[in-house]
Amino acid sequence: MAARKAKKLMQGNESCFEGAIYAGCRFYAGYPITPSTEIAEGLSRRLPQIGGKFIQMEDEIASIAAVVGASLAGLKSMTATSGPGFSLKQEGLGYACMAEVPCVIVNVMRGGPSTGYPTGPSQSDVMQAKWGTHGDHPVVALTPAYVQEIFSETVRAFNIAEKYRTPVIILYDEIVGHMREPIIIPEPGELEVIDREKPTCPPEDYLPYDRRLEVPPLAAFGEGYRFHVTGLNHKDDGFPTNDSKTIEEGVKRLIRKIDNNRESIWKNDGYYLDDAEVVVFAYGSTARSARRSVRMAREKGIKAGLFRPLTIWPFPDKALKEAVKKARGVIVPEMNLGQIVLEVERNCPGMAVTGIHRVDGEPINPKQILDAIEKYR
Amino acid sequence: MEDRYELRFSGSGGQGMILAGIIMAEAASIFDTKIAAQSQSYGPESRGGASKAEVIISNEPIDYPKATAIDCMLALTQEACTKYHSDIKKGGILLVDSDEVKDVPQGDFKVYRFPITETARAALGKTIVANILALGMITGLTGIVTASAMEEAVLSRVPKAFQDMNRKALQIGFEKARELVARS
Repeated sequence: MAARKAKKLMQGNESCFEGAIYAGCRFYAGYPITPSTEIAEGLSRRLPQIGGKFIQMEDEIASIAAVVGASLAGLKSMTATSGPGFSLKQEGLGYACMAEVPCVIVNVMRGGPSTGYPTGPSQSDVMQAKWGTHGDHPVVALTPAYVQEIFSETVRAFNIAEKYRTPVIILYDEIVGHMREPIIIPEPGELEVIDREKPTCPPEDYLPYDRRLEVPPLAAFGEGYRFHVTGLNHKDDGFPTNDSKTIEEGVKRLIRKIDNNRESIWKNDGYYLDDAEVVVFAYGSTARSARRSVRMAREKGIKAGLFRPLTIWPFPDKALKEAVKKARGVIVPEMNLGQIVLEVERNCPGMAVTGIHRVDGEPINPKQILDAIEKYR
Repeated sequence: MEDRYELRFSGSGGQGMILAGIIMAEAASIFDTKIAAQSQSYGPESRGGASKAEVIISNEPIDYPKATAIDCMLALTQEACTKYHSDIKKGGILLVDSDEVKDVPQGDFKVYRFPITETARAALGKTIVANILALGMITGLTGIVTASAMEEAVLSRVPKAFQDMNRKALQIGFEKARELVARS
């Protein structure tokens, strides 16, 4: 008899760091903050066991800088934080976008602004994930909702980061981060793990920002390829430039490398969408609440459905438009005062879009969403 | 057919309510054959303040992980009882520590009173196992997990040196639950 794989009761944050290790993460730098601390705590124990490095830095700015440095030295790297820490990391995040450094940043959201409400759930950093750092830049953000899913989405985050040489944000709330569910850790090889492409040309021919390529290969420092890295607009060799054509082409390539590959980065989950007359668009723990509401609505004979994005940025406009084809309205519950609802409105012109918002540190419960659905009876 | 069962463990920060929730979830989903989701809510302080853990047990994947219609609630302090009892459903169970909870809420639910913390202290010399004793009582009162699954879950969570004490606490809980049910 084949051995049954061990099922373990695991916390969302634990699932995250185990997923990171599975994906090949071997460097973590961070500054602990509730409700993300268990990720740092877990990796401080796990990374040294497998030859990885863990550093608790003096603050969040230094943490993201260390992560960028370690990634350029060839290690898959990550950091984790929450609201105020995510604010501090924005400059480094922009640098990683510009310098095209693969890395993963986990933001377990908490209430804000400022230090806000550390132990309560929130989804108020969704727009910050997209626009928190300045300048036109590509953003990939994933929004898992289940403990098992945090594991697989963390692996996917590293894969996207490595494949497209870009930072990837994992965005979830305190409920998902702190809750425990039984999960099964996949065997090695069961989930795809992608490593960055390295140059094969002679070092003197290497162009780390070659505009002719969608994603130029990335050499690791210390392996014989000498190159320059900067946050300034740069030429193909990495050195700063004032040439307007080079600047424009460089920025556009950054955007294009994600834009052209949206289909492979997007991931959604649907529940009763086929004939849905009212679609609930929800992510993270709010989507679990919404799933229950949809089920309750169906029991009452109301044709409700759930659209749940696992990739929130780039925004899943194409799939959403498809999902609302037969709908009379869209309901968007989120634990903020109205963020992703704006994006939904923009993509569902002429349709009634209703937001359900909550910022009191309590989750949006199924009854609240069901009340809004029942208006479509 | 969905078979959703909701439990809430409440008390003061430091009384082991979150651990009680974890053990209940493990008993159900690892040592029994059900599915469980455990969540928690606590203030910024590490001791004191009202603290609660919730466990949803079902025979199918769990969507909303928080309690909304509670089948069984434990309250070890008055503050927690007053703050958290309102979600107990009709026909549900409320188990209170009778030394702490004097103002017992009235409602369409069954109340069991028992000096949980004091019994742990008197029988085992440690109030720290009050949460395990309570788990034994809840197992007995609800039957939501088997006694053997609960025992395995408790023993897998405590260090070897403390296994006897925790096993005893659990046994006392099982017995007291039987007595309470017989009396009511």
